[in-house]
Amino acid sequence: MLAAILSLTILGAVLGTVLGFANRFFQVEGNPLVEEIEALMPGSNCGQCGFPGCAGAAAAIAAGQASPACCPPGGRSLAVTIAQRLGVSVDLGGADDPGPLVAEIDESICIGCTRCIRACPTDAILGGPKQIHNVMRDSCSGCAQCIDQCPTEAMVMQPLPVTLQQWFWPKPALRG
Amino acid sequence: MGILDRFLRTARFSGGVHPDDHKRPAADAPLRVMPPPARLYVPLVQHIGSPARAVVAVGDHVRKGQRIGEPQGAVSAAIHAPTSGRVIAIGDIVAPHPSGLPVRGITIESDGRDEWCELEACDDPFALDPAEIGRRVARAGVVGLGGAAFPSAVKLSGGLGARVELLIINASECEPFLSCDDRLMRDRAAEAVDGIAIMLHATGAREARIGIEDNKPEAIAVMRAAVAGHARIRVEVIPTRYPMGSEKHLILVLTGREVPAEGRPSDIGVVVHNVGTAVAVRNAVRFGRPLVSRLVTVNGACVREPGNVEVPIGTLAGEVLAFCGGLRVDHGGPARLLLGGPMTGMQVPTLEVPVIKGTGGILVLDAAEVGEGDGGPCIRCGDCMRACPVGLLPLEIAARVRVGEVDKAAGFGLADCIACGCCAYVCPSRIPLVQYFHHAKGELAARTRGTQRNETIRTLTRAKAERLEREERDKAEALARRAAASLAAAAAAKQSAPVTEKVAEDANEESGVCA
Amino acid sequence: MSGRDQFMPAPAPHAHAGTDVGRTMRRVQLALLPATLFGFWLFGWPAVHLFVITVGACLLTEAFCQRLRGCESRLWDGSALLTGWLLALSLPPWAPGWIGALGGVIAIAIGKQVYGGLGQNLFNPAMVARVALLVSFPVAMTHWVAPLPLGSAGAPGFMEGLHITLGTLPVPDAVTSASLLGHAKTELSRGIDLAQALDAAGGALAAWHGVRAGSLGETGALLLLLGGLYLLARGVIRWHIPVCVLAGVALPAVVAHAIDPGHYLSATTHLASGAVVLGAFFIATDYVTSPNTASGQLLYGIGIGLLTWIIRSWGGYPEGIAFAVLLFNALTPVIDRYCRPRILGRTRRGAPIRATQGSAE
Repeated sequence: MLAAILSLTILGAVLGTVLGFANRFFQVEGNPLVEEIEALMPGSNCGQCGFPGCAGAAAAIAAGQASPACCPPGGRSLAVTIAQRLGVSVDLGGADDPGPLVAEIDESICIGCTRCIRACPTDAILGGPKQIHNVMRDSCSGCAQCIDQCPTEAMVMQPLPVTLQQWFWPKPALRG
Repeated sequence: MGILDRFLRTARFSGGVHPDDHKRPAADAPLRVMPPPARLYVPLVQHIGSPARAVVAVGDHVRKGQRIGEPQGAVSAAIHAPTSGRVIAIGDIVAPHPSGLPVRGITIESDGRDEWCELEACDDPFALDPAEIGRRVARAGVVGLGGAAFPSAVKLSGGLGARVELLIINASECEPFLSCDDRLMRDRAAEAVDGIAIMLHATGAREARIGIEDNKPEAIAVMRAAVAGHARIRVEVIPTRYPMGSEKHLILVLTGREVPAEGRPSDIGVVVHNVGTAVAVRNAVRFGRPLVSRLVTVNGACVREPGNVEVPIGTLAGEVLAFCGGLRVDHGGPARLLLGGPMTGMQVPTLEVPVIKGTGGILVLDAAEVGEGDGGPCIRCGDCMRACPVGLLPLEIAARVRVGEVDKAAGFGLADCIACGCCAYVCPSRIPLVQYFHHAKGELAARTRGTQRNETIRTLTRAKAERLEREERDKAEALARRAAASLAAAAAAKQSAPVTEKVAEDANEESGVCA
Repeated sequence: MSGRDQFMPAPAPHAHAGTDVGRTMRRVQLALLPATLFGFWLFGWPAVHLFVITVGACLLTEAFCQRLRGCESRLWDGSALLTGWLLALSLPPWAPGWIGALGGVIAIAIGKQVYGGLGQNLFNPAMVARVALLVSFPVAMTHWVAPLPLGSAGAPGFMEGLHITLGTLPVPDAVTSASLLGHAKTELSRGIDLAQALDAAGGALAAWHGVRAGSLGETGALLLLLGGLYLLARGVIRWHIPVCVLAGVALPAVVAHAIDPGHYLSATTHLASGAVVLGAFFIATDYVTSPNTASGQLLYGIGIGLLTWIIRSWGGYPEGIAFAVLLFNALTPVIDRYCRPRILGRTRRGAPIRATQGSAE
């Protein structure tokens, strides 16, 4: 009886010490994961995810409070990249995902006020004062920060049109 | 061909299928030449690579063979007017593609005269420098006519950067229903062999082998006679098995050597061209004639007069079918309208799509030919695995794709899939395996594009942030300078104020905003 | 990225070999038919009733489960029928009807539908049911009867057979017999040499013509072999699994019998008695639960054969093929993971082969 109690006590003491040391020696300052994820994100701090900027979203994703798919401008590819980095599976929302959205300007309403140009974090909008503006689709991150700036509601978010080169077969419908 | 030889060749690749070839009677019908229709719809991308750029304007008069699309980039092909007439539109036309999406193209209204522009002929192509042959072929917009439509010039004259020892001419035509290569060999054997000789000269290969499946005895006989005078060109009879016409499989059967995965035939000193391409190359080099028409097999139970037709590029499929007597409505009506063969061809949503350089067939099949039936769940019978000529496990790949694990599917060798369709052809549960693979490949490509896009956007965001910061700094510095200057000015006698600096700065701000 | 609002055409290929699952199932059933009819003849009406009850239970359970899962009904693809058929063939011919009914429910509900239906199950449903019954009701599952062919004296008629199957009439003691393997095992455990034991049982060769005690469908080994050859000829199954199973049983049997004939049955006896032939051609070859590649199938077949022989020779049960099949079903995913075909242009490890410039041929 005594031997049993003794051996367990010693075992506990030794293991506790080891764990304590391990905690001290292998401690990690800060969370490198957050920085790593933040580096993957668009960085436009658009706030569509509901977190304060991309850093906030990265922290939330790393902490498991947000889905890797929470970033609309990043889209599927970002979600997959982050999910792979975290080793988690991600629900991509299935077939009704409209793909990335980009801003589009209705040229008949645009008054050329340049407000959207100032708001755009990626300089994706071309134009000058009193000139009709235009969005370069390839550069638009889809952050939608320009939408609220427009005094004439000439800006809308549209899905990127599918081109012949980008089209691919949808996944076959599940059967049986 | 001896039985042993046949066996050895057959044993060289595992898998493959033996569909009913349905080649006759269409293959035996004499070749017909279709006159240019009233309007031609010529897409600016008919090849693998970047689209061509239109070099004519609406209202321009063009002559047959005149260049109307300029190639852009290293892998691209020129586009030529298929007949003489007037350009009436440059814009979107329905692409010959299952998606039914638009493609940029030039619409030409024929003037009925069909007159050629001036062509640069050459009496002795063998005196030309190989590089010059490549240039002429590129100028003629020749692409591989077997279906993939890869710009031929790139493969012809050292464009791949590797020494070519063996030129293989793909005349296997393994797709059921198609017989345009068969017909071409029967009717234009001498031209084909001349083209092959020119290709031999251009590639610098030691010899050429023409691989013909043994279900085309007439073509074999004619071609054998035609190569009689050429020591370096041989006709090789190969067993009929789908997908014999796949580049890698044809090389394997003819040489016993495998093309490394992720590699190209040129890695083992081989280059493969379609037999139709050989004729196109000959026309391009000898007569300077660009690729403005091609042989198209019009076949299927629903076609009244099946056969092979020489069709100007840009002719609508519906007009070609009308030229072949139109469609039959018995047989329960058409089930599928296809461009290309039944194994790899595309079902198109409408008859209003143009024939392009890679269109080898227009098929209108009835339900019996398509073999429609009810599907079910996978029972893991493994037929797909045994049919796969590449050695993949289609059932495992599809199972991964089905649950969205595209990356795992890639781990099963998805990238090596040649989309030949053998697996889906034999699947007793009729699982659309090829669609799964296409989807997964597209999904992977879309992810790559998305990653690139995100990177671009990150760079742009950073650039703008840095620029704003810099401007802020500059402004602050300018402000400080101005403050100092005005102090100094105040300190000095009350002379004229430095207005110029302020004007300059205002201009600076304006340009910054509108960058 | 789908073509939204577009007419969606079918993907290539636009041709089909014309094979379908139902035809495969029908061919297997056709191959089983001779041995089944032989079993009916040999064991009379009770066997017929048991067969009908088992198959019926399978079909009912399948229909019920499919309705419960809310998926479209695939009752007539023949897979449930085949499962019930195989299960019935592996039961003692005069087993009470409830054994067959319960077995049918286990096979379809637990063996197949809980995994997600056809194609999803890890284990062979018929064998799951057989083993579950054997472990739960060892007496009923080892109650063999001597052959009592239809029309022979003492053979039960239609109604009498129904009563036997429904349990309202006890099985006469006179017909109770032991299967050859069971007999050998019992005698061995009593310390009696096999040579004497088998002499008493009518000799090992008696097994080949099939007029012997045993499961409903396993006795007609030659007829089963015939069916198996038909399946091979039709391309429904391939030779790898059956040949390996048979070899896996026969090879160790030959060696052991040569060393100690008193304790180890000969290869002939092993092959002809029990359910080896049935198992090798019809059960181990189940597509869903066997490996895909040829090399995997070789491994799997040999494993089943060996394990069967081991269980028969040293295990607690006289017959072991059901256990062996189940064990190797469990190993199938592992075998499939390691036995993959070589991809064209790649080495077995998956790296691209080295390009070798040189003269062709």
